[in-house]
Amino acid sequence: MSKVKTARPNFVSTTNACKLCTPLGASLAFRGVEGGIPFLHGSQGCATYMRRYIISHFREPVDIASSALGEKNAIYGGGPNLKKGILNVMKKYEPKLVGVATTCLTETIGDDVPMYFNEFFKEFGDLDLPELVRVSTPSYNGTHTDGWHGAVRSMVEQLCVEDHADTGRVNILPNMVSCEDIRHLRDICDHFGIEATILPDISETLDGPALEDYVKIPEGGTPISEIKAMSGARATIEFGRCLPRETGGTSLETRFGVENHRIGLPMGLRESDRFFEVLESVSGNPMPRRYELERGRLVDAYVDGHKYIFGKRAVVYGEEDLVVGLCAFLSEIGVDVVLAGTGSRGKGLEGAIAQVTHGTARVAPEVREAVDFHDIAAEAETLAPDLVVGHSKGYRYAREWNVPLVRVGFPIHDRFGGQRLLHLGYKGTQALFDRVVNAVIEKKQADSSIGYGYI
Amino acid sequence: MTVKIADILEERRDQIHRTGEGAIDIACNRESLAGAVSQRACVFCGSRVVLYPIADALHLVHGPIGCAVYTWDIRGSLSSGPELHRLSFSTDLQETDVIFGGEKKLEAALDELIDRHSPKAAFVYSTCIVGLIGDDMEAVCRKMTEKKGIPVLPVMSEGFKGNKRAGYEAACKAMFRLIGEGDTSGISPVSVNIFGDFNLAGEIWIIREYFERMGVQVVANVTGDGRVNDIARCHGAALNLVQCSGSTMDLAKMMKEKYGIPFQRVSYLGIEDMADSLYRVADFFKDKDPSIVERTQALVRDELQKLMPELARYRKDLEGKKVAMYVGGSFKAFSLVKAFRHLGMKVVVVGSQTGTKEDYAELAEITDPGTVIIDDANPLELSHFIKEKDVDVFVGGVKERPIAFKLGVGFCDHNHERKEALEGFTGMLNFAREIHASAMSPVWQFAPRRANRIRAARKEAVNE
Ligand code: SF4
Ligand code: SF4
Repeated sequence: MSKVKTARPNFVSTTNACKLCTPLGASLAFRGVEGGIPFLHGSQGCATYMRRYIISHFREPVDIASSALGEKNAIYGGGPNLKKGILNVMKKYEPKLVGVATTCLTETIGDDVPMYFNEFFKEFGDLDLPELVRVSTPSYNGTHTDGWHGAVRSMVEQLCVEDHADTGRVNILPNMVSCEDIRHLRDICDHFGIEATILPDISETLDGPALEDYVKIPEGGTPISEIKAMSGARATIEFGRCLPRETGGTSLETRFGVENHRIGLPMGLRESDRFFEVLESVSGNPMPRRYELERGRLVDAYVDGHKYIFGKRAVVYGEEDLVVGLCAFLSEIGVDVVLAGTGSRGKGLEGAIAQVTHGTARVAPEVREAVDFHDIAAEAETLAPDLVVGHSKGYRYAREWNVPLVRVGFPIHDRFGGQRLLHLGYKGTQALFDRVVNAVIEKKQADSSIGYGYI
Repeated sequence: MTVKIADILEERRDQIHRTGEGAIDIACNRESLAGAVSQRACVFCGSRVVLYPIADALHLVHGPIGCAVYTWDIRGSLSSGPELHRLSFSTDLQETDVIFGGEKKLEAALDELIDRHSPKAAFVYSTCIVGLIGDDMEAVCRKMTEKKGIPVLPVMSEGFKGNKRAGYEAACKAMFRLIGEGDTSGISPVSVNIFGDFNLAGEIWIIREYFERMGVQVVANVTGDGRVNDIARCHGAALNLVQCSGSTMDLAKMMKEKYGIPFQRVSYLGIEDMADSLYRVADFFKDKDPSIVERTQALVRDELQKLMPELARYRKDLEGKKVAMYVGGSFKAFSLVKAFRHLGMKVVVVGSQTGTKEDYAELAEITDPGTVIIDDANPLELSHFIKEKDVDVFVGGVKERPIAFKLGVGFCDHNHERKEALEGFTGMLNFAREIHASAMSPVWQFAPRRANRIRAARKEAVNE
């Protein structure tokens, strides 16, 4: 039923891309491990640019090391610099894990990172070495979400190498969500009596407290011992309906028989329900009352607010799974998603959206993969949106169309507190709902010649 | 690892110097050390910084998506007209392009974008990968120049071929190909080009207004609020004014050689350097326009009369406070050291990404004994010295901000992303206001480093 157009329009060039490059996603994921430091194997510029980009969102120090390849290394191979770089990082940061992600440069020259790792272990095996994890992240082949999922899978595969005794724990692979989302997930698990290993856990490492001193690697993150024990968990829950076929979750399932539950990001009522159902089944405990109440309040709010937003037309963009989650949520509250776009391609976005909006959406959105903002703008002219939902890079367009932008996801560069936005569960949905309704009300007030005090 | 290791890597020791401790012989212009988390970017970054503000040109990044995305509209360079520079164009190379070459895609992208936006010129930036797959950018650009009837200029800025400084050079080379193309009639004999100013937060408009009041015509802004046609005729100006140590010096030298146009180094930051720059321009033109000196004196006098009483108010609070700074080009650091003196503040740490030996020697001369001078620093070194010197305000760019904030230290953005005009006399006042807000906020007393100290001091007082 959906009018799917997966092919790009005939543009060759990209204008204002709606995606980021692969190693950035990997860097974010490596930042969510205890004692972990991301290390980009490539020239210096990539690491510096990504740091700057990430810092603007999280407002935290983000140290990403680089093998800082120069011209000679680009010709003769980057092995020596990679090894020297890891040693220097060890000296200065004393990391527990170094997550090495390749860049376009080292992928193109065909640098063999596994071989360098072997050499490194041989040459420096007498030192107290950190865990080394590698992931291949050529940007000409994917987006930052591929980097994120690739890094998570690499960590699971390279650290979880043997059967582990039953831990009774539950693994959660949360996808690219905010620090606040991770904190919320942890609370939920606590209340269910579940001991969870959340990988990665950026809740502290990318949103840390003020401290007495500058810490080289912030506290927090998924403990490495927990990652190693993921093979002994009773189940894995991974979020994402557009995930690659093979992920950390599937790897644990095929190698160690850890049951994998793949569900969408818990956004909106129905997708959250699925999450809570899975939690009930893996924990054997009924839903705690506080979540019943949260759910009840959310439904109550849906009812209270429905008239303000019914039939409003929204353009939604961002990471593929976030877009699916947003469509699930928006269709539930009667907002018509007229365009759903993502920068990546081949992730089955349209199918996933059709699934989560079945029975709630009145119109099927235009679904566009591999879009940039120029494509979105070209479409939006005719789609006449009332509302834009996505990260802050769409601001220029929302402003042009004179419609509100509800900021979600990453990056949020033009507002404060992006890392503390809550998107997940009943509570996250509630927060989103309030923001969407208020954005519409605010616009109505601003456009009105009368200063209505009651809306 | 059990041994506690100092924050400074052995290989970097000769990139750090303390004023007053022997002759300065700082190592610089080196490749960044692998694994050192340098604050530096790449060649491409250098070119992008310089050319970015040319507002009616198309800026196409030839490479995979990241290089273009991370430089999308991150500078505060304003335009009084077209805003083409604020869009991010890329060829977004895919695997097949990497295997079979990206020339066809580049050509098609240029075709499409030039038709869509009708720019006055197009700059095409090469990135690391383009250097590797060996696309002949020169040939594609030549072909497109002919086909489209506008200059299509390759910027040879492969990221790995050096540091930011090499990128400045690549940018200057690209611009130099434009110069000489335009008609120079109607240019006054009392005229200048403004080089090395990027019109952050409209700063170049402040400076242009001063020149206007002096009776000096500005032919081209290179590159803040820049226009292709102005740059094409800028060889008609009588004098080039070069701000910033690195970015456009090469262009000034090339113009001197080819067109015999002299240049002067200037700085619009701080009171002395601003005034001094204007006086030197007046001096240069005094034979052609004898009354210019008087007009300039009047201008400076007027501005200072407005500025000084206001500055004094801030100075009262700021007297004696300590500053660390980490900037891109070191030339800016000279002006800032002096500007801070006007606020009664002391610079105790100063570093840059791309300083030269001469720059550092000059810094050693104008700073007080004990000042730390540092080349190509990284977060750990910066935080080390901020603590060691117990500074009150740190001046740097976005990447440095969280370092300061985590240590409970005030921060002032003095980089390409600033949204506040800090140049000129007006800018000095904004600067003072910002430093004041950074240093005097009550929030610092809650930041743990200070909070604990305050607590300790209180305890001691009670015990006594
Ligand atoms: S070269 Fe690749 S990895 Fe580096 S910034 Fe560009 S797209 Fe990202
Ligand atoms: S790929 Fe090269 S040009 Fe692009 S950001 Fe990285 S170092 Fe710079």
